[in-house]
Amino acid sequence: MADSYANSSEYIKHHLTNLVYGQKSDGAWGIAHSPEEIKEMGFWSLNLDSMMFSIGLGLFFLWIFRRAAKKASTDAPTGLQNFIEMLIEFIDTSVRGSFSGKNPLIAPLALTIFVWIFLLNLMDLIAVDHIPWLASLMGVPYLKIVPSTDPNITFGLAISVFFLIVYYSIKMKGPGGFFAELAFHPFPKFMMPINLILEGVTLIAKPVSLALRLFGNMYAGEVIFILIAIMYSGGWALGFFGGALQLVWALFHILIITLQAFIFMTLTIVYLDMASQTDH
Amino acid sequence: MNFNATLIGQSIAFAVFVWFCMKYVWPPLIGALEERNARITEGLAAAERGQKELEQAQAKVSENLGEAKQQAQEIINQAQKRANEIVDGAKDIAREEADKIKNAATADIDQQVNSAREQLRKEVSVIALSGAEKILQREVDAKTHAAVLDELVAQI
Repeated sequence: MADSYANSSEYIKHHLTNLVYGQKSDGAWGIAHSPEEIKEMGFWSLNLDSMMFSIGLGLFFLWIFRRAAKKASTDAPTGLQNFIEMLIEFIDTSVRGSFSGKNPLIAPLALTIFVWIFLLNLMDLIAVDHIPWLASLMGVPYLKIVPSTDPNITFGLAISVFFLIVYYSIKMKGPGGFFAELAFHPFPKFMMPINLILEGVTLIAKPVSLALRLFGNMYAGEVIFILIAIMYSGGWALGFFGGALQLVWALFHILIITLQAFIFMTLTIVYLDMASQTDH
Repeated sequence: MNFNATLIGQSIAFAVFVWFCMKYVWPPLIGALEERNARITEGLAAAERGQKELEQAQAKVSENLGEAKQQAQEIINQAQKRANEIVDGAKDIAREEADKIKNAATADIDQQVNSAREQLRKEVSVIALSGAEKILQREVDAKTHAAVLDELVAQI
């Protein structure tokens, strides 16, 4: 399918561009049809594809789990119910292991993060061309189906976690306690500015590392899938080799997407645990 | 990386999803799991209790059985002893009875022997007398010779 593009570079660029909705330079609202238009739209525009897949997968997650929650009983579970309860147990164990306090928000938060991010990542395993090609038949210029390769999505999650970190830090330690944590460590009080810089960086690094780790992994994986897909236009032999490569990479990717979801979840729990601890 | 309002949209969606999960998904599921956990623990404990009770009952049964066996043995022993006693008693009685009968018979025989002897003695004395009469050709006065006759009789 790379045949319809001028060259490989354009193919790659096309696959890495979001479907953006925003205000164009002439004042009208609509979908951007070129990278230049996207740039003109600025901050107040929306990545329709990321938003759609992200919310759709989120609703899918909630629907499945809500159904399981309704059916939950003390009888022996079967099939999907069993799988979901296993997941719940797994999350519960992780939260109990990492989070020392008692907080009814943490476990549902961890569950949402784990399953949702896993689903977002899972889109990566769908062959890179299928859905964008179908969409292009319907006149959609760009479509990126893996939401976690969009930094907006990963930073959206990470910033929410960051707000929770700040919120619980202030709630558990008080504003003074939170400030003291930032200002009076690791050096004595008279070196407060240096402490503030060091601890401030540490604090900011938490959401940034969360978001960039997920984004980086998924983006790189996606790029490799795209590169493999380019091989399909290189004749039979190369195409066959590409197919084998894609299979191997996809199998390996199953591990990566699960691991990334798990890491995001575990780090969130750990960060919130650190924020909730009153004695530093 | 161009950031846009998707960032905000994703944050809002995240907040809503977490809220929904916290309200309608997590509590019923974890509640059911904990309840099931409790039930399984209880079931295991009950099974263990049952096992223990069974063991106790078995121990008691074997104890009772041993006791019963012992008692039965005792009863049998007593019965045997009693039987031996009865047999011995019967033997004694029989022996006594036999002795009695034997004694009576002996006494009877003695009596008959004595009476026969007496008779014989008398007859002998008569024969002796008549023999003497024939020898002497004359009557012997029994009265006169009574002393001699008695002496003779005593000698027989």
